[in-house]
Amino acid sequence: MSTASQDVATRNGVFARAAIYAILILFAVYYLLPLYVMLANSLKPLDEIRQGNMLALPHQWTIAPWLSAWSTAQIGVSPTGLKPYFLNSVMMVVPAVAISTILGALNGYVLTKWRFRGDTIVFGMMLLACFIPFQIVLIPSARILGLLHLAGTVPGLILIHAIYGLGFTTLFFRNYYEAFPTELIRAAQIDGASFFQIFRRILLPSSGPIIVVTVIWQFTNIWNDFLFGSSFSSVDSIPLTVALNNLVNSSTGVKEYNVHFAGAILAALPTLIVYIVSGRYFVRGLMAGAVKG
Amino acid sequence: MPFLEIDNLQKSYGTAKILKNVSLEIEEGGFLVLVGPSGCGKSTLLNTIAGLEPITGGEIRINGQRVNELHPSKRDIAMVFQSYALYPNMTVAENIGFGMEIRGVPKPERDKAIAEVAQLLQIGHLLDRKPSQLSGGQRQRVAMGRALVRKPQVFLFDEPLSNLDAKLRIDMRTEIKRLHQRMGTTIVYVTHDQIEAMTLATKIAVLKDGILQQFGSPAEIYNNPANMFVADFMGSPAMNLIPATVAMNGKGLQVVMEREAREPIKLPIAHAPAGLGAFQGKKVMFGVRPEALTDPEGADRDAKAVATADCHIEVVEPAGSDTFAVTNLGGKAVVARLRADAHIQPGSNAPLAFNLSKAVFFDPATEDRIV
Repeated sequence: MSTASQDVATRNGVFARAAIYAILILFAVYYLLPLYVMLANSLKPLDEIRQGNMLALPHQWTIAPWLSAWSTAQIGVSPTGLKPYFLNSVMMVVPAVAISTILGALNGYVLTKWRFRGDTIVFGMMLLACFIPFQIVLIPSARILGLLHLAGTVPGLILIHAIYGLGFTTLFFRNYYEAFPTELIRAAQIDGASFFQIFRRILLPSSGPIIVVTVIWQFTNIWNDFLFGSSFSSVDSIPLTVALNNLVNSSTGVKEYNVHFAGAILAALPTLIVYIVSGRYFVRGLMAGAVKG
Repeated sequence: MPFLEIDNLQKSYGTAKILKNVSLEIEEGGFLVLVGPSGCGKSTLLNTIAGLEPITGGEIRINGQRVNELHPSKRDIAMVFQSYALYPNMTVAENIGFGMEIRGVPKPERDKAIAEVAQLLQIGHLLDRKPSQLSGGQRQRVAMGRALVRKPQVFLFDEPLSNLDAKLRIDMRTEIKRLHQRMGTTIVYVTHDQIEAMTLATKIAVLKDGILQQFGSPAEIYNNPANMFVADFMGSPAMNLIPATVAMNGKGLQVVMEREAREPIKLPIAHAPAGLGAFQGKKVMFGVRPEALTDPEGADRDAKAVATADCHIEVVEPAGSDTFAVTNLGGKAVVARLRADAHIQPGSNAPLAFNLSKAVFFDPATEDRIV
């Protein structure tokens, strides 16, 4: 009898496991389907898409839509493809992420290890910045950029993104450094290390996970931003997201869906790569209590 | 001339006073231990000496020089922290050499100093490891190495042994004492462990609630505690503090201790402190250490005044080296320390010898010792 019940138990276990895997596979397919549709259709000639079979693999494989999206497609008034805008985005994202991360780390360092009167109020106000909707600051920002003669330039966008990211990066680093032992800072002080030496030699080498979290967070947000990009850019500084919109929403000529798909993937590629390369650290950083909730 | 002087030191956080007019001094090469229960301000006092926390009032002088305004790195001190505070991203050698690197000492000189210290502490084989690859005892040695390599005027130790297991703690205690004897550098050492304080110190400062209770040599603190707090805090098992009255018996004073269901014990007081006469007929606290209360055969032969009294033994606790017996006097459990092979049975009556030349008396109202 005991062998029989064991058999039943084993069979139940196998069944449950199979059910779990089936559901997981179903969800994986469900989430991967849009990516598949985009990839498959970006590699088809436009005729095949018009025939209406969106889910089929291409009969005739072609990378022409990708080349077109990258370098020849009509964006607004000029047939430049996404290339110059991709470069605009890179020139905007890299400094903005670097500046906001470095300043966030410094803020976190000061707010936890160099406490001063009213530090919690300062931190509270920076935290508040995380919750202000972007739209509210558009007009004041435009005015300030105008006063600084940075309106419509890449440096102007860098400034806006760096400042807007500061609340979040400060929050990340403050929570991370809160748990960093203060005795280490004191030991370094006795060793004669200065404010910046302690930061660079003691704190930063132990900040790997939280730097990764912050960089991913900032990179994704700034790269994907559309509102600031469309509000504060001019012809020379349009970021990729705005250019993609101009490509897809062009009101003249034929809708080249295959080119649109290729363009959208190109636009999403950098954030995908960032996630794939450092996703492991991202989870580890989140676990370290960096982002709660 | 004192080497480290702490003069009327005050420290407050807002309205909370952490240190209240603490004055201490230690001669060059001395070993000052700050001891007290947690929250007494001993670590804060150490941090103010290090310069890690600003002070509210008073003055700190090292070798005659006022250091109140000096940055920690300019005070010529080195500190060993409770958590060791080793830089996790650096190897042992880099940890020890970090201070020299910051001060711009050239690399060959640095390596030589690191090698010397490593040899002294026998950590030469660990120099390339990271702190996370070390055991607790090894980390402790590295932390001491980092302090030693500076050759400072004063070493500061903040509960350095409290993270070690019991056996290692005793080994490292001996090691610290040996290092102190060899180097002869002035040390200020914080602990809550009164045995560490007794074994290491040349001077002990007992603190409670930010107030210095007593400052003196270990023997003074142990034999002549200034008040009931010090008497109770120092020594293990703690000093017996027995409610008693003082009475005149013929020419001399005697101490009377009430007992349950029996006549009180009356003992003549030898060498009564001058102040005790005023307590005739009044309540006092009679303080006697467990080792001054023993079986008659085990009593100190050199003691000048020993009085024996029959006591009811409630509990017997053999501890190997000694046997502890608990009796009840004046309504309190009183511990006597007998020889290991003393024949004594719980529930029986046995004679106990009181070494009255070691006895002290306290005023129950002020809790201060009667002198």
